Amino acid sequence: MSSDAHAHGAADAHAGTRQGQLIGFGASVVLTAIPFLLVMSGAFDKQATALIIMAFAAAQVFVHMIFFLHMNTRAEGGWSMMALIFTIIMVVIALSGSLWVMHHLTTNMMPMHEMGQTP
Amino acid sequence: MTVAMGTMKAGEPVFYVVDEHEHAEGDSTMLGFWIYLMSDCLIFAILFAVYGVLGGRYAAGPAPKDLFDLSLVAVNTSFLLLSSLTYGFAMLSMQQNRLKAMQAWLVVTGLFGLAFLGIELTEFAHMIHEGATPQRSAFLSSFFTLVGTHGLHVTFGLVWLVTLMVQVKRFGLIEANRRRLVCLSMFWHFLDVIWIGVFTFVYLMGMLR
Repeated sequence: MSSDAHAHGAADAHAGTRQGQLIGFGASVVLTAIPFLLVMSGAFDKQATALIIMAFAAAQVFVHMIFFLHMNTRAEGGWSMMALIFTIIMVVIALSGSLWVMHHLTTNMMPMHEMGQTP
Repeated sequence: MTVAMGTMKAGEPVFYVVDEHEHAEGDSTMLGFWIYLMSDCLIFAILFAVYGVLGGRYAAGPAPKDLFDLSLVAVNTSFLLLSSLTYGFAMLSMQQNRLKAMQAWLVVTGLFGLAFLGIELTEFAHMIHEGATPQRSAFLSSFFTLVGTHGLHVTFGLVWLVTLMVQVKRFGLIEANRRRLVCLSMFWHFLDVIWIGVFTFVYLMGMLR
């Protein structure tokens, strides 16, 4: 019986509250609508727009993690957060590493590339 | 319970618990599933990295500007976001043991998921019809791989959703079903998180290129 109560608690912790769900949804709508409007209207120059929409994406991931996935430092004795932090480190290394290395590779290969292009 | 003995510097004996204590059935499911989601996240990270590297290689073929319809993506995004909200409501109904309400919210979630997939497949079909196939350029190969993998996840999520609805109908809101529904909830919300990356990096950034 006690194990049932425990499992209930675990499941309930993942349900959150109606208010939390609505706050998360409202925030997500705003954080989605603004990047779309910015890109569609072309109000700012490309560099600025790119930085702004990346910041909004990061903010929205944060909102989803808290209000929908109910992440906190206490879930599963902190191990969920540990797994998340480890994954974020791996993601950052994989993404920034690939882009950095491949960007420099492309830059240095440019003469070859142009030679191939010109008839 | 077995206890191993170690020694500290001062020579004081220290005792460690070697055997793990009993876990209730399904007690570690949430953590295990979370770690699965994190591994899935790494798969998507690699696909994003591939798209980041190859996304600008059009091979004189169509560029994002020629292919993407942002208003369609906006509709798609809102469907996925709404499905996350309705799944959240299904979880709240489960918490209150309102079985009928929960099943109804799950149906709504499934319909939003289907609408999302329908729009995505229409978009793919339209692109392929215009000759923008995965074979056309490195940009299109990486685009179809990344967005298609997300779409496949949504498809499997829908299969899982229907399976669980049948399970709940047959066996009610038993402990095992609650656990499964919570796992699917994490899966579904996680897909929404990945979609944030897709619409930002693939569609919005693509239009800026």
